[in-house]
Amino acid sequence: MLSQFLQFLFSGITVGATYALAALGFTLIYNASNVINFAQGEFIMLGGMLAVLFAQMGLPLPVVLLLAVVIPALVGILMEKIAIEPVKGADTVSLIIITIGASLIIRGLIQVWLGKGTFSLPAFSGDAPIHILGATLLPQSLWVLAVTALLVAALWYFFSHTLTGKAMLATSFNRTAAELVGINTNFVLFLSFAMSAGLGAVGGILVTPITMTSYDVGIMLGLKGFVAAVVGGLGNGLGAVLGGLLVGILEAMGAGYISSAYKDAVPFVLILFILFFMPRGLFGGKSTDRV
Amino acid sequence: MNKNASFGLGLVVAVLLVLPFVLPNSYYTDLAIRMAINAIIVIGLNLLIGFAGQISLGHAGFLGIGAYASAVLPTHFGMHPLLAMAAGAAATAVIAGVVAKPIFKLKGNYLAMATLGLGIIINIALRNEAQWTGGPDGMAVPALSVLGFELSSDKQWYWVVAALLVISVWASLNIIDSPFGRALRALHGSEVASQVVGVNIVRYKVSIFVMSAVFASIMGSITAHYIGFVTPNFADFFHSIELVTMVVVGGMASVFGSIVGAVLLTALPQALATFEGWETVVFGAVLMLCMIFLPKGLVPTLAAKLGKGE
Repeated sequence: MLSQFLQFLFSGITVGATYALAALGFTLIYNASNVINFAQGEFIMLGGMLAVLFAQMGLPLPVVLLLAVVIPALVGILMEKIAIEPVKGADTVSLIIITIGASLIIRGLIQVWLGKGTFSLPAFSGDAPIHILGATLLPQSLWVLAVTALLVAALWYFFSHTLTGKAMLATSFNRTAAELVGINTNFVLFLSFAMSAGLGAVGGILVTPITMTSYDVGIMLGLKGFVAAVVGGLGNGLGAVLGGLLVGILEAMGAGYISSAYKDAVPFVLILFILFFMPRGLFGGKSTDRV
Repeated sequence: MNKNASFGLGLVVAVLLVLPFVLPNSYYTDLAIRMAINAIIVIGLNLLIGFAGQISLGHAGFLGIGAYASAVLPTHFGMHPLLAMAAGAAATAVIAGVVAKPIFKLKGNYLAMATLGLGIIINIALRNEAQWTGGPDGMAVPALSVLGFELSSDKQWYWVVAALLVISVWASLNIIDSPFGRALRALHGSEVASQVVGVNIVRYKVSIFVMSAVFASIMGSITAHYIGFVTPNFADFFHSIELVTMVVVGGMASVFGSIVGAVLLTALPQALATFEGWETVVFGAVLMLCMIFLPKGLVPTLAAKLGKGE
């Protein structure tokens, strides 16, 4: 009983960490621009696929990791420059469609370039499972959790202790006021796309040894990251992380105890319930309308 | 209806009447039928997105309910196809209605999330209930027959769908000009202001959502009978996106824009078939370019250029 529960919990926390990174990506961009970036999932896919590609070329692991994070970040920047900056202030539907267009382009290019196959990456430090109270934990899961925790801590430090981080926060609270005190909000937008693409890519690389990857994994991963971000109250960084873990754990529990066929439905049932009863997510603030 | 709207409706009727005589072969008739079917769905969706200003990223789910009602009920229960179609529409109305009330307290991105979630849940259910739906492989749909007359040839289908399109255009032009339509546009403009003048905004949003969902469900049934086969792809997220894209490319809050959007985006994948493997990339690029350079959509932009509104 306990070992089974622990087993589901371990796998839930592991995927949950990826969702958390994706949700943080959504949050960063949303805060900088009010855009919901439907291409977020493609950055996760890009990270995983590029890591596989460079690893197959025989490059050393640190170089592989670096390239597989930096290239998606550059793609994020490119997307921001070409598609988001020129249409600033467009309405929600138009922005959603632009980001969906971008995601189709990224997914389509990878499909043409690397094919429709499913790929895996060797685990960073072996496959020997660790036994805990009858449940097994893959060493790669520890990598996922440790790196995610480090990134979250680094982001916390960035937003609370550096001038650039504070400028990004200020922009998310009130764009006009931020501009008035001399913050370059275009740079904030630029940085938020680079950071969230990089975060997504890191998540994608880390889980690839466990879940494998292919050109089309980005859709579901991205949508679940979006669910996680909304669960946490869109725009709330800590909420996004907790939302990601919650979505991951519930999904694993649902798959284990209820039905593995309906695993992918769990996050969406969850989000409908949460939105019905707490329309601004679990950790979202109250909103008021300006007339 | 004002003068421009009547002119537009006349134009649609004229084109539909002439079309069968100029279409060279059944490939083009088939394409025209698919365009008209999409146009009807998009007109319904545009009432929700363009006029009432509420987004739905799950509309393909309702299409799926209608399509599968027409496939499952006659096959497994021997129900008459027309009755099955009505049952699908009724089920869609109930689901949309029950879900809509809490959903429409939400706005913008939260609303997008909720409708997206609903659509994905419907799609996953269709995929997994294989004993009823045939699972990911889909299932065959019995022919549609009315009073012993079976719809089979492309020409017959063309006239049925063309008639439905004319009715939809006429109905939605009237809805827009009715007090109901004015209330919708008012709540699009400012929810608070329309509440102040006595518009029950939640009730109006729920009604228009249910109405456009039922539009989609009925057209899902029609598509299923026309193609003769259904798969869960009918109801997937990408199809929902395609429908929203048709609305936006053609022009929000424009009935005739809906037709233009549906025609262009139904033709696009066919035109792209020659690009072998690059379809997704080109489709994505077209979406982005349209939104960046024609944010208001084709028809309203052109209408503004010609110096007269619709």
